[in-house]
Amino acid sequence: MADEITLNIDGQEVSVEPDTTLLDAAKEIGVDIPTICWHEATTSNGLCRLCVVEVEGQRVLQPSCIVKAGAGMQVRTRSEKVVRARKTILEMLASSVDLSDAPEVLTMMDEYGASPERFPDAERREIEVKDDNPMFLRDYEKCVLCWRCVQVCAEDAQYTFALSFNGRGYETEIGTFFDSEMPATSCVFCGQCVGVCPSGALKPKREFLLEQGMSPKEITVMSSGRKKRKKKI
Amino acid sequence: MSEIDLSPLPKILNPYTALGRSGLLPALHAAQKHYGWLPQEVAKEVAKALTVSLADVHGVIEFYSMFYSEPVGEKMIRVCTDPACALKGADELLDHLCSHHDVQPGGTTADGVRTIERSPCLGLCEQAPAVLFNDEAESYIDLEACTYELGRPPSLVYGTIRELTENCGSETASLDVYGEYTALKKAKMMQPANVIAEIKSSGLVGRGGAAFPTAIKWEGAANADGDEKYVICNADESEPGTFKDRVLLLDDPHSTIEGMCIAAHAIGATKGYIYLRGEYPYILPVLENALSEARDAGYLSEVFDIEIRLGAGAYICGEETALFESIEGKRGFPRVKPPFPTTNGLFGMPTVINNVETLCNVPLIIKKGADEYRKIGTEKSPGPKLFCVSGDVEKPGLYEVPFGVTLRELLTMAGCDTFQAVLFGGAAGAFAKPEHLDVKLTFEDLRAAGLPLGSGVVMVFNETRDLRDVLARLGKFFAHESCGKCYPCQMGTQRQAEILARIADGKMRVGDTERLQDVGWTMIDASLCGLGQTAPSAVLSAMKEFPELFVESGE
Repeated sequence: MADEITLNIDGQEVSVEPDTTLLDAAKEIGVDIPTICWHEATTSNGLCRLCVVEVEGQRVLQPSCIVKAGAGMQVRTRSEKVVRARKTILEMLASSVDLSDAPEVLTMMDEYGASPERFPDAERREIEVKDDNPMFLRDYEKCVLCWRCVQVCAEDAQYTFALSFNGRGYETEIGTFFDSEMPATSCVFCGQCVGVCPSGALKPKREFLLEQGMSPKEITVMSSGRKKRKKKI
Repeated sequence: MSEIDLSPLPKILNPYTALGRSGLLPALHAAQKHYGWLPQEVAKEVAKALTVSLADVHGVIEFYSMFYSEPVGEKMIRVCTDPACALKGADELLDHLCSHHDVQPGGTTADGVRTIERSPCLGLCEQAPAVLFNDEAESYIDLEACTYELGRPPSLVYGTIRELTENCGSETASLDVYGEYTALKKAKMMQPANVIAEIKSSGLVGRGGAAFPTAIKWEGAANADGDEKYVICNADESEPGTFKDRVLLLDDPHSTIEGMCIAAHAIGATKGYIYLRGEYPYILPVLENALSEARDAGYLSEVFDIEIRLGAGAYICGEETALFESIEGKRGFPRVKPPFPTTNGLFGMPTVINNVETLCNVPLIIKKGADEYRKIGTEKSPGPKLFCVSGDVEKPGLYEVPFGVTLRELLTMAGCDTFQAVLFGGAAGAFAKPEHLDVKLTFEDLRAAGLPLGSGVVMVFNETRDLRDVLARLGKFFAHESCGKCYPCQMGTQRQAEILARIADGKMRVGDTERLQDVGWTMIDASLCGLGQTAPSAVLSAMKEFPELFVESGE
């Protein structure tokens, strides 16, 4: 096609449609770039920076989930700089957050040789599990702050605007209005936030109870016990 | 808990309701001024009045350190504990205040009257140690003599020339003293493209830290399509050690306003904003008065008018795209660039954003003409430059010199014979040593010496100072000010601060050198914005210049 853009990724020529991100261009030739915050259903914020690549002529590494392919671009997805950044980010993440429910991140750590013990005496995020509704639990010790839940709750999907943030910097946490319990917010329990959570911070209550060792039958009994007949007028 | 009377709120919020979400910061400021803090019920009313979601109002209150969702004392005492104040006993001052009032830093006294908290740099570095007491600057605090100055901070202006500081030091900001906007009159006689050409020939580059050519910004915004275009003055001066914009705005607000008017003419803007940092509340009335004088004189009108926006304690809002978000009533998260502000700035429209000192250069250039202006300074760094000299010198203050004087000349003027290190360019800067004394203060010479000019910070540390303590403070500063958006900075500033704290404590661990390098370079290479990209700058510089300070002990 005439208007295709040809660039070079890791020594391979690749031609893509205009407006293709470097992430997608790399995918076309089988080059895998790791991501955490990226999701096909949400607007790319380029915030996890796992997907950074080295683009010739650019001072700093570029987020491949956002940067579009340009004609003649020379891209390196595994340069020394890139690998150092990815490995260090993963090590910092492991020193901050409980990644036990984030299998994809754990695989990345193996691949990059990232040590979870790299930062001794690091202050971890320690937050109590929030169990305030019958649908899902919020275990923010496992939250990697990818923002996807906030995004699907807002303009990316549901327009419910139940979620925002507490604090800032390292103290940032996903939060509701003055820490209201979920049922007191504008949440409609659509479940989309749970669906896009990559690290088990948001979890269906049933899944959580199964993990706690309850049998499906016990859970069914538990939930059916709450049923009430409609009040007669 | 006593009931909160919501009846005065509609009147308080009335001026901001038409602004919608972009009225959020001013509305929260106004509500907090009345109630002393922002109770949930009040936040709910603000959300309703401005039609912003409750969660988003909460998120904004949580982001800015000067908004409080819990009661605080009517006397708010913010003690600066950043490096310049620390040299002059800020820690002792904080300890004294806290023990005297029987309260922990960040806490409120039992009677609920006073809140005492640690503050990042207040921009009062040349009169350290300093405190922000409610809306007033309290400086030159001397615990032993029990003396201090309260109110409008004095301006200490020195140097060899008085181009930018012509009206500074006399502490009068009125239009009567400033006189007519002659540069604006001259600019209006010129085609906008010729105004931009004049700025381009002057060689003016931004004085906020990034040194980006001013005319390129103006040209970009002038050529961009947009229903509305904006000129923004970035007065969110927060780089530790920087106070030049405070002096310029307090003593000479009309230079900045005139610079903005000229920019507006050049790019075709109809609206301007001055984004003033929350820690400079005492500048607000001065600016308001100057704007009203400029309106009365006809310089500002419906063709182009300027609104002031007061920040609320967030260093990141000095980053241009975070500043836009803040004006739009959001958390100050920087945006991914490109697109750049010149095409997609405030409200997605073409925007020129310049620092205060940059804007003050504009009337000067138009008045003199670029050729005459270029006679000041050097070929590659034309013009006058302001340096914020603080720390271990006899005469700390604001120094105006032409680009090209040496560090030695500057320090001699400030009464400094010997030193251990000079922090150049602020927290995001680097350290100079005595061997750098003959480096000329120009963009090109400093770059060659590996020193950033940044925002003009020259903070001097004598031989008795422990630079590890300075670094620990800088580390804490960045961890406090990171917005938390991108991973490298969100976690990197925290890990860096932890490591620097233990080094300052003499408890450096095996592997810490490598950890600091990896964290530092990851922030530089992979962070989303300039904050993260420069957060390790001083640390890496110290490791290079003073390796003896970083000795790993056994586990």
